[in-house]
Amino acid sequence: MMPLRRFTIDQPKSVKEAAEMLAHHGENGRLYAGGTELLLAMKHDLLRYEHLVDVKTVPDLNTISVGNNNLHIGATVTHRAVERSAEAREHCPVLVDMEHNVANVRVRATGTLGGNLCFAEPHSDPAALLLALGAHVHVAGKNGERKLNIDELIQGAYETAIAPDELMTGVDIPLAAKSRRAAYMKFQIKERPTLGLALVLDVDGGNIKSARAVVGSISPKPARSDQVDKILAGSRADVEKRLADAAQELAKVADPVDDLEGSAEYKRHLVGVFLKRAFIKALS
Amino acid sequence: MTDVKQIVNLKFTLNGKAVEVDCEAEETLAEVLRDRLNLTGTKISCEVQVCGACTVLVDGLPVSSCTLLAYEARGKNVTSIEGLAKPDGTLHPIQQAFIDEFAFQCGFCTPGMILAAKALLDENPKPSRDEIVHFMDGNICRCTGYVPIVRAIQKVAGTLESKHHK
Repeated sequence: MMPLRRFTIDQPKSVKEAAEMLAHHGENGRLYAGGTELLLAMKHDLLRYEHLVDVKTVPDLNTISVGNNNLHIGATVTHRAVERSAEAREHCPVLVDMEHNVANVRVRATGTLGGNLCFAEPHSDPAALLLALGAHVHVAGKNGERKLNIDELIQGAYETAIAPDELMTGVDIPLAAKSRRAAYMKFQIKERPTLGLALVLDVDGGNIKSARAVVGSISPKPARSDQVDKILAGSRADVEKRLADAAQELAKVADPVDDLEGSAEYKRHLVGVFLKRAFIKALS
Repeated sequence: MTDVKQIVNLKFTLNGKAVEVDCEAEETLAEVLRDRLNLTGTKISCEVQVCGACTVLVDGLPVSSCTLLAYEARGKNVTSIEGLAKPDGTLHPIQQAFIDEFAFQCGFCTPGMILAAKALLDENPKPSRDEIVHFMDGNICRCTGYVPIVRAIQKVAGTLESKHHK
């Protein structure tokens, strides 16, 4: 593999300055955080940038906090920091559980949750779970700040709604109600997940008041539908009988294709297996 | 490609000693360690953060030096495999355990394995076998296999019960 092509690194001191630097560099510049995705693509010469804007030099983006009924995770917080965060464990244990199994220990020590979302690699654990949890991201640019949900953020494989002169400043995850049960389970034999399934249930005794299921990694962006979620609501006993229907519908929405991770048929089968497993885990 | 060469004057602590080295912004930590500081114990294999051969510790955390920019080491504490043995040559207990348990054959993954194991044991001195396997999951050995490696780590942790693998 060839060494990285030459680039310079900018060190913004504020979100505003970072946005200005990105605007100034245009398509020659890119925001840089952990680099675990970006530098790989640059090593493979799939992406070329002359300037990297190091968002880690912006103060206060590396914090995890609780407020406004949200768990807030700053843009430069690493996977490991989420994995080890007492706040995250208390308010969103499923997130900690997911982060504990992202990539490997070295990537977790360097890579950021924000960067993972912004790169929009289809095989993303966080994207699937955060979509199921109803998370939002904050995006800042020279014209101010806007809020996007995960479905709006991720447009497709490696494509997001973030403009070249904007940057993500953090993620907000709604705090769990006591009635929330959630699980994220994945099938993975390579470096990245073949399939990830996130299930979030709002439970009242034996009744599932509402559900949100997301399948990730088998399509360009995480897939879900209102119809699937409707099938997954009702009495637990009834929902159990309808799990196969829900899985079939979810697989239809995701519309997987044959590739090196497996055939489309195999992936559709996995949706059923992992929906069942996630259902059992969420309610255990 | 830009013609603007950005020289980073890098100051960090390497294996307990202050070092200062000039490098370019796009140089990786592995390149600086191997090519500028002549510390070739850090091995480069997959180059894409998958195999763990290039593992070094930055402020105690394992990183893939093949993809981490050297720039990220500024002001930090870096430990490479050369920093583990004592100045008199006495090996670190993890190094000794790898020898005692025959935990390597070709040895190419060993520096990374040992540093990853050090990070684990510094954080969790008595890991269970499952915790060892989970933590070491990202370090790949292509010849000896993982059983003696896990045994060596268990040995240092004092949790190896029997000489014979069960």
